Parts: sequence; C-alpha cells; structure tokens
Amino acid sequence: MTRITDTIARALSGFRSTPMSRAFGSWLGKIAGGFLALLVLTAIFAPWITPFDYAAQDLTNGNAPPGWPHLLGTDQFGRDVLSRVIYGARTSLSVSATAIAISITVGMTLGAAAGYFGGFFERAVMTVVDLTWSFPDILIALIFVAIIGPGLTSTTFAIAIAYLAQFTRLTRAQIVRLKQETFIEVTINLGAKPYHILLKHLLPNAIAPVIVVGMLAIGDGIVLEATLGFFGLGAQPPTPSWGAMMSSGTAKLFLSPWVIIFPGVVVAVTVIAVNLFGDELIRALDIRDRIRDS
Amino acid sequence: MLLRYIFFRALMLIPVSISISVVIFLIVHLLPGDPIDNLIRVGSSTEDRKTLVLKYGLDQPLAVQYFRWIGAIFQGDFGEAIVLRRPVADLIAQNLPYSLRLGGAAFAFSSIAGITLGTISATTRSAIVEIIMRGFILLGSTVPGFWLALLMILFFAVQLQWFPVSGAKGWSSLVLPVLTIGFGGVALVARVTRVALLDVRREDFVTLLHAKGLPSRTILFRHLMPHAMLPVVTILALRIGWILGGAVTVEFVFGRPGLGSLLIRAIGQRDYPVVQGCLLMLALAVMLGTLIGDVAQAAMDPRIRETKK
Repeated sequence: MTRITDTIARALSGFRSTPMSRAFGSWLGKIAGGFLALLVLTAIFAPWITPFDYAAQDLTNGNAPPGWPHLLGTDQFGRDVLSRVIYGARTSLSVSATAIAISITVGMTLGAAAGYFGGFFERAVMTVVDLTWSFPDILIALIFVAIIGPGLTSTTFAIAIAYLAQFTRLTRAQIVRLKQETFIEVTINLGAKPYHILLKHLLPNAIAPVIVVGMLAIGDGIVLEATLGFFGLGAQPPTPSWGAMMSSGTAKLFLSPWVIIFPGVVVAVTVIAVNLFGDELIRALDIRDRIRDS
Repeated sequence: MLLRYIFFRALMLIPVSISISVVIFLIVHLLPGDPIDNLIRVGSSTEDRKTLVLKYGLDQPLAVQYFRWIGAIFQGDFGEAIVLRRPVADLIAQNLPYSLRLGGAAFAFSSIAGITLGTISATTRSAIVEIIMRGFILLGSTVPGFWLALLMILFFAVQLQWFPVSGAKGWSSLVLPVLTIGFGGVALVARVTRVALLDVRREDFVTLLHAKGLPSRTILFRHLMPHAMLPVVTILALRIGWILGGAVTVEFVFGRPGLGSLLIRAIGQRDYPVVQGCLLMLALAVMLGTLIGDVAQAAMDPRIRETKK
C-alpha cells in the first residue's frame, strides 16, 4: 500500500530534483509571489487604478473590441472590461481568503481536538471528514448554496465547507505525530494542563503546513468562486466578479469573446501563481513530507 | 476472498448513504420559512397543500418525515418539480443517461489516453514529454473547467467549426465536453503510469527477464504493465468523483441535458424537489464510483484485501 501511494506522491511532486531545476523553480516562485503581491495591491487600490466606473453603462459603445480608451474592450452594456476585472479581483480574493480563513479556523480546531483527545470524538470527526473527502468540491459547495440560497455569503460558506475536511485531516495528522515526540512527553510529565500543551506546544508546531495548504486552497477557492459565479449562484449583479462576468459574456460569446477571455486569463494566471508560490513555500519550509502524511 | 471484501466494502455504503440522504433531506428544513413553501409552487390551492403535508407527514416529527421521504424515493417517487411541473423521477430518468454517457466517455478517454501517453513517455524517456506533461497537470488543476469549455467552444466550434457548439445530438457533440473534462486527467494518469513503469523496470526480476532474452515488447506488456497498473488504478479510482464534478460544470456550459445542468438550474430557480433528487443521484454516483474503484484495486492487489477488511 505504501509503495502505491508513494509512487503517486512522487509522480505528483518529483521533477525538481536536479539543482538546475530547483533554481528554475525558485525563480518561478519569485515571479509568482511578485504577481500575487501586485494583484492584492491592485485589488486594494482598485478605486484609484480603474480607468472607468465598473458599473457605468454606455449602451452606444457596447461590445467594443480591446483598444483605446477601453484597453480590454467593453461588454454588452458598454461597461469597461478592465475596470470590472480589477474590481472582480476584490470580490474573488476577499471571498476566497475569508472562506479559507474560516475553513482553517474550524478545521484546525476540529482536527486538533480529534488528534489530541482521540477516542469516540476522533472517530466521529474522521468519519465525517472521510465522507466529504471523496466528494468533488463543487458538489459539496452546491449542497450548501442550495441550503443558504445564491449569493456571496453562501458562496463564502460553501467554499469554507468544501475544504474543511482537508484542514481537519492535516491538523489531526500533525497533532498525532507531535504527541509522540519526547518534548511533549516531558511537558506532560512536568504536569502541564492539556490546553496549555495544545495551545503552547502542539498547535504552534503544527501550524506551518496548515498555513501553506491554506494558501494553496485559496487558489482552489478562487476557481470555485468563479464557477459558482458563472452558474449565477455567486455574486449577483451589479457586483463585479470574474465568474459572473464570464457568465454574462456567454450570451455574446461570438460577438465579444474578450469579455470571457480576459477574466478567465486572470483567474488562470492567479491560480497558477498561487500554486507555484505555494510549492515554493513548501520547499523553503521543507514540509512536503508532513503534508503528504495526512 | 474478493467476494468477502466486496461484501464488507459495500456494507460500508449503508451508513454513508444514510448520512448523505439526511443532509439532503434537511435542505428544505434548514431554509427559512415553512418547508411546505419550498416543496410546492406559489398559489397552490389549500387542498393541494394539505395533500402534500399529509404525504410527507410535515406535521409529524422530523424522523417520521425523513422515513416518509426516503420511503417514497425507494418507490421511485421523488416528488413533483415546482417549475417544470413534472415528476422529478421523470426528469432524472430523462437526464441521467446523458450524464452517464458523458462521465463514462470522459473516464475512458482519461484512462486510455493517459496510459498510452505514459507508456510512450516511459519507453522513450523524453525530458520534453515530461515537462509538457507537468505543464498540463498544472493547467488541468488550475484552469477553471467552465472557462476551458468556453475556449474550446470558441476555437473548435466557432473558429474551426469541427464540432457543434452545444447540445447533445450524436457523438460529435461529446468530443469537446470529453476533452474538457479529460484535460487534466490525461496528464495526471500519464505521469503516474510513467513513474510506475520506470519504478518496476528497476526491479531485479526485470533484469532477469532481459537476461533470459525476452523481447522488450513482451517484457513491457506481460511483466511491467501488470505491476505498474496498481498505482494507475488507484489514481483512476480517485478521479471518478473528480470527473463527475467536472461533468456538472461542463454539461452546464455546453448546454447539454444532464443531472448537473438540471441541478444548477434548479438551485437558481429554487426548485427544491429537483435539487434534492439530483443531489441524491449525484452523491450515489460518487459513492458507487469509489466503490468500483476500491473493488478494482482489491481485485488487482491481494494485499488490500487482507488489510482493509
């Protein structure tokens, strides 16, 4: 069994074993990190950067191809695509980051409690986690959008719940492994209280892999947010969101493909950058084995 | 032995399906307002409402309601669609074959193309093929499926006009959706195949086979492949859920009938009987998929049968 999972793990992570390729990887990581920093800044300063009002309609100038003054063209209502893409970064990044923050907080709490206390509680938590593990994230998200109804709040919670299992599993694996370390045994023998051990000794040592996986999950969250938005179940008009933009663009797919192409390129590049940067972090912190454990 | 494993593995499905059906059942009860309002169209007569309250036992405790609901489903009664005004069972029966066809074709494509490409790249050991495959895996796991589908439509259906833009008429309409879903899967399967083949090749028994003078082709197909297929089957089993998730998205974009597009439309229209029926069927499909995957693995590897009882 170990051999099989090992082969798969290596198939997915190998490649950068030569010094040459490692250097290439870190160079790529720097570019990815730079791009992400730029994207976050753009999202924060959106009102000062955007050339046009993202919601201003100009029906006489609809479906204009990329050019001047609309660098990325306009959509069917004559709204500036570039401005909407920039504002969309705000929606996508904040929804995904909030969702993953919720997911990490709840997942770490559940996972730490399960790993530390063990027993029936651990079995109950892990059964639920394994149950959701085999389900595609989009299906889990759709169940919760069905319960709460379409909108950005439900999108946030749907993303948080879709990735909850991942963090619970990872944290639990870390805690279980750490519990066997000598320094924890010593701390217990010195008479430390359980919450002291958990908060001061176990969690700080378990947090690095969780944060890095969380960073990677923000990328998945962006894709999921865009997908729900595309289905018309996420951000509602006029809120600009990458997914919703592409959804309204399908009506005029042949007439103005740029309405779909540019937001998609931004989503793809962002998520690729998140993945490359996350890989870089994993290597820099040397935690690949700890992530694979879970 | 294998039968025993299948039996116990299938037994595990029972608690899992019960928990999932409870979650799906609770959807209409977790929504704000009276559950009856979520199950019947606005402006229905008080009599219709009363019939439905009686049928689902909405005046009874939740547990009773659950058993009434699930009992009706076992008899093929999924309720009545609010917007489409037809039995949900009919809608599912109508859409399910399309989803199965798409999912099956995508799975077959991922496996066949993936294993073939992986074998070619392992035997030629080309570094360029390796880098291209890694690029495809990265793109496949990062590019949103619906966007890839839109690009496929723009390029192959609009520019080149090789395939229909949407719909589900004939086999040509399957090509683009299958390519979209298989995009990342093929590269993944190919890479696992390659690594597994290169691993097995290093074993002593392979050197012996070469020393015996067997032709390389015989060694590859008779001796290397059966060993290398274990991790490949594992990753394929893991892909089943993924493919179903991809099918939900891709159906919607290509305007194909299917459970996925039915579900998404129903969520948007708040047609909850349809939502519940679709979610139940999709969850069942995921569970059966993983079951088949596990059984296939156990059939190939006696060690799993021993340990995972």
